[in-house]
Amino acid sequence: MTSFLVGIAGFVLGTAIFGLFGIFLRPGGTDRLMAAQLIGTDSIAILLLLSVATEIPPIVDVALMLALLAAFAAVAFIKSATSGANISDAEEPRGG
Amino acid sequence: MNVILNVFTVLAISAGAFFFLAGTVGLLRFPDTLTRLHALTKADNLGLGLIILGLLPLTSGPIQAMKLIGVWLLVQLSGAIVMQLIAQAIRRGGLRE
Repeated sequence: MTSFLVGIAGFVLGTAIFGLFGIFLRPGGTDRLMAAQLIGTDSIAILLLLSVATEIPPIVDVALMLALLAAFAAVAFIKSATSGANISDAEEPRGG
Repeated sequence: MNVILNVFTVLAISAGAFFFLAGTVGLLRFPDTLTRLHALTKADNLGLGLIILGLLPLTSGPIQAMKLIGVWLLVQLSGAIVMQLIAQAIRRGGLRE
């Protein structure tokens, strides 16, 4: 079972490399952000698989930290990429 | 019982790996930014969810299993919020294509 888990982790790593290839292909910032999010999820899955395969439970904490960082990176990107008018528009309280 | 759990683990993790592949291919091949976002959320939710579901029988104890489920729920929550923010910004034209 251990070799199966490590093999699947390698497979997911291969898809993450394809995601990096996507960052090269697409010039736009949004697609690069989406590819970075995908690589974040890939790395979480790889770490969880390796944590169970090698029976080292603290690796799960590293995966949690990556999840946190991916979410912060996306929110920071959206805040900086949208113009000031759009941000104030988005934060407008909705009636009703 | 052990064999059944092993078969379940192999099936669930294989399906999760397939959804990761599908999400990556969709991100590379879909024509539109919003459809690429759709493919990305499949990898996030189904792929990671199935892999964690398959890992649950292999964990050392209930605490470790709860932790894995916690990772899954947190990724679901942050993924849903972030994807909604990206889609909203694209619709408003705030993000450069």
